[in-house]
Amino acid sequence: MEDLKMFESFSYLFLQQYWWTIISLLGSLLVFLMFVQGGQTLIYTLGETEEEKTMIINSLGRKWELTFTTLVTFGGAFFASFPLFYSTSFGGAYWVWMTILFSFVIQAVSYEYRRKPGNFLGARTFEIFLMINGFLGTILIGTAVGTFYNGAMFSIDQMHFSKWETPYGGLEAILTFHNVALGVSVYFLSRILGALYLMNSINDNNIRQRAKTQVWYNAIPFLIFFLYFLITLLLKDSFSYDRESGFVYIEPYKYLHNLIHMPVVLVFLLSGIVLVLCGIWKGAFKSTSISGIWFAGSGTILTVFSLFLIAGLNHTAFYPSVADPQSSLTIENASSSKFTLTIMSYVSLLVPFVLAYIWYAWKSMDNRKIDAQDMKENTHVY
Amino acid sequence: MIENINVSLVDWSRAQFALTAMYHWIFVPLTLGITFIMAIMESIYLKTGNPEWKKITKFWMKLFGINFAIGVATGIILEFEFGTNWSNYSWFVGDIFGAPLAIEGIMAFFLETTFIAVMFFGWEKVGKGFHLLSTWLVAIGSNLSALWILVANGWMQDPRGMEFNPVTARNEMVNFLDVALSPTAINKFLHTLYSSYLLSAVFVIGVASWYLLKKREVVLARKSILVAAIFGLLTSLFTISTGDGSARRIAKVQPMKLASLEGLYHGREHANLIAWGFMSNKPVDMDKQEQKDFYYKIEIPGFLSYLAYADWNAFVPGIHDLLQGNSKYGLMSVKEKTERGRYAIGKLKAYKDAVDRKDNVVAETLKSEFLSKNFKENYFKYFGYGYITNPDKLIPNIPLMFYSFHIMVVLGFYFLLFFILIIYLILRKKTIENKWILRIAIWSIPLAYVASQCGWIVAEVGRQPWVIQDLMPAMIAVSHISTGAVQVTFWLFVVIFTTLLIAELKIMFKQIEVGPKEDGGPKNV
Ligand code: HDD
Ligand code: HEM
Ligand code: HEM
Repeated sequence: MEDLKMFESFSYLFLQQYWWTIISLLGSLLVFLMFVQGGQTLIYTLGETEEEKTMIINSLGRKWELTFTTLVTFGGAFFASFPLFYSTSFGGAYWVWMTILFSFVIQAVSYEYRRKPGNFLGARTFEIFLMINGFLGTILIGTAVGTFYNGAMFSIDQMHFSKWETPYGGLEAILTFHNVALGVSVYFLSRILGALYLMNSINDNNIRQRAKTQVWYNAIPFLIFFLYFLITLLLKDSFSYDRESGFVYIEPYKYLHNLIHMPVVLVFLLSGIVLVLCGIWKGAFKSTSISGIWFAGSGTILTVFSLFLIAGLNHTAFYPSVADPQSSLTIENASSSKFTLTIMSYVSLLVPFVLAYIWYAWKSMDNRKIDAQDMKENTHVY
Repeated sequence: MIENINVSLVDWSRAQFALTAMYHWIFVPLTLGITFIMAIMESIYLKTGNPEWKKITKFWMKLFGINFAIGVATGIILEFEFGTNWSNYSWFVGDIFGAPLAIEGIMAFFLETTFIAVMFFGWEKVGKGFHLLSTWLVAIGSNLSALWILVANGWMQDPRGMEFNPVTARNEMVNFLDVALSPTAINKFLHTLYSSYLLSAVFVIGVASWYLLKKREVVLARKSILVAAIFGLLTSLFTISTGDGSARRIAKVQPMKLASLEGLYHGREHANLIAWGFMSNKPVDMDKQEQKDFYYKIEIPGFLSYLAYADWNAFVPGIHDLLQGNSKYGLMSVKEKTERGRYAIGKLKAYKDAVDRKDNVVAETLKSEFLSKNFKENYFKYFGYGYITNPDKLIPNIPLMFYSFHIMVVLGFYFLLFFILIIYLILRKKTIENKWILRIAIWSIPLAYVASQCGWIVAEVGRQPWVIQDLMPAMIAVSHISTGAVQVTFWLFVVIFTTLLIAELKIMFKQIEVGPKEDGGPKNV
């Protein structure tokens, strides 16, 4: 029985770090999978004829649920492992989260209902729903994650009940340009990924040609905003805490220090950026290559993963409070009990199985690319 | 804390949660049941090799897809609403409550999502065996998702497996199996599933009957009815027996809910069950022993005692006994519970203040008192009562409870008879093609939905004012946001969900009208 007790023997701190790592991983997978959202904003740009549009929507339509489920699981896992974040951020930044959720509600029906007979809203309405989701989903999630570095306006009382200190329900985050820069970067990145994904999954020359152009067009604003975000991040002061007393204080160059103290994360970050650039280059300039998505995709995962890690590890407050610094959330004061984290850690052992069957099911489905013929033959076409 | 509770904020938040949950629940039961019906049909297809069964399976899958999309759309809101609207609750119980939600995502939603893609798009891409497996996995995945969310819900009705930690001011899990295998949760899970299977069977029979009435798709309709009727007969029996199990659990853990279901103001031994009745709208005078609170009722003598405690003569406490206490049967009054609850809240506050003052000696003493067995059993147990200022607020809405419960139960027996009739006709007459029977079958569809919604009203309204039974009332659970914000989102939900519901119904009706097509065709009709 002893060997069955693996997670019980770990320290509380280790479990907290383990769960922050899982949250970071889910967050990074989510950003990668937002190629669906990016693709949705390109429906009209890449698809000129009805047939092309149909191919694009169907290609995205076979993946959208995965992004959606990842978002749902990200929320659930955050709740289970760091419930104080869940209660503080969702209950406070009400408008930000509600807007994000609304944009996902209208997405969820759009694929299935768009062209069904009897649809009284018309196909166009659902295409607009997809555009709205692509636009708001990416920018707002990015901006909300920006508050992990720039802080938010909340306070927490002695019973651990939280209160938001502005009347704008989190929308004030857009007043901080650094947050918006991250939101806009995520938006353009998702469009790059969307274009790369569509190039890969649809066997159609016109679409591939237009997608190439889009990779390049979106790469320019992406690089400007992202580099601004990254450089500012590394130069800024941020919230550290003392492990003994929990006292929160400002530390200059906090995130830069984190990278130096955790060189593995630095390596992830740098290789992630290189891979993204590689993917962009392949997509935009190599005329025969359709593999850009794999480079840019894995690069996105590595980059976002490391950005999440430096937000929460190395005694950093992952959700700083600007209104009351001592209320800032850290992986130690916001987490579930040791017992719950232990149980959840056993559940996390399922994750590799989940990834394996997703991979297997997709491989068996994607061995044939989408083309005009497929749209005529398949019995379930959006 | 109590001073700044805003009643209208609580009510709007509840209205919003009820609205979104009830919308979600319009779509969930069909998903839970029809996936199994499809899987059974596809299994028959593989076994017999008869392409007719493939066509039938695909037809029901199409209707499932339309229902599923909107089920997903309405579900995401619910998950995040715990944080957005019930944030204090999310902290107070997040240590226990979050885990089932996360497990639901990891274990169930991914299973569903991944294999739904294979099920819908894979007919020509993967082997027949793998396709069938995928269909079964979709059914299993959706049912697993129900398991975890109902474990969470069961825990709110019957909290267990946890301990309050004064340092973090929250309940912490100490026994996972106690939470996951709680008899309340398991019972709830089974009753919810069986009733959803029942609903799906009624749906399939009703839609098929429409074809028979129009003299179309006769083969598809007959075969579908056969599968659904057998499925429905079995599950209606299970629905009734697990419903009975639910009532027994309620008698144990939520006596106020039981009393309000029956409109029982004064407890008694050998209590009668009201099979059906009409309540009078005269104001209730609690102090009178005999009151005529019904215009008319049909009673089954002693059956309530039997239902609740498996003993014809057992005492069933009434609302009055639960509020005022009843020393003969060892019931504590609410007044006493409130005092004990206030004492517990006061001690927590004193402890927190000592910590803030950095007065470690006092803090440690208070903490160890807080954790003592005596304190937990005699004081902390009533923690939530400390927030109750008006005991009348502990009585759920009685007419709503009474009618919802009785409609559900009457319909439960109606469906049993319905399935027996259908099977009898199939066996004896080889056909159910009688105009009246077909019409009844069609009109039974909405009745099944009514029964199912009534069930949740019983479960959730009957829990009021508690979010966590006896530990946390709704007014403490709510997020500190402005009432205006919740009002705006409430109306947004009304508009969006209603529009989407209309779109869904139109598409669904149209799809049924179009009927199955051999090849599906590019337009997906
Ligand atoms: C896991 C938890 C959970 C689950 C599975 C459900 N509910 Fe619930 N329900 C709550 C957790 C909850 C809640 C968060 O605890 C609420 C909000 C405020 C409250 O007291 O309970 C609530 C309130 C609430 C109310 C308002 C009661 C009142 O204010 O008087 C209704 C009518 C429902 N729910 C109905 C449903 C339906 C139709 C569900 C089916 C999907 C459902 N609930 C599932
Ligand atoms: C009130 C608590 C609930 C929450 C927070 C919740 C949450 C969710 C979420 C987020 C989804 C979308 C998941 C996805 O596919 O990506 C969903 C769908 C689903 N939920 Fe719920 N749900 C609740 C109540 C219930 C209950 C009580 C049941 C069943 C007994 C249930 C069964 C399902 C099923 C079967 C689906 C699949 C979609 C569908 O067909 O409707 N849910 N839920
Ligand atoms: C004789 C038949 C029935 C009895 C005795 C019965 C009993 C009950 C009871 C006591 C509850 C409350 C459980 C709680 O508060 O925890 C309940 C809930 C519920 N019922 Fe029924 N019921 C019957 C038939 C039905 C039918 C026919 C349906 C739907 C088609 C249905 C659907 C539900 C649902 C969805 C719930 C909420 C989930 C739950 O709490 O289990 N029931 N039922």
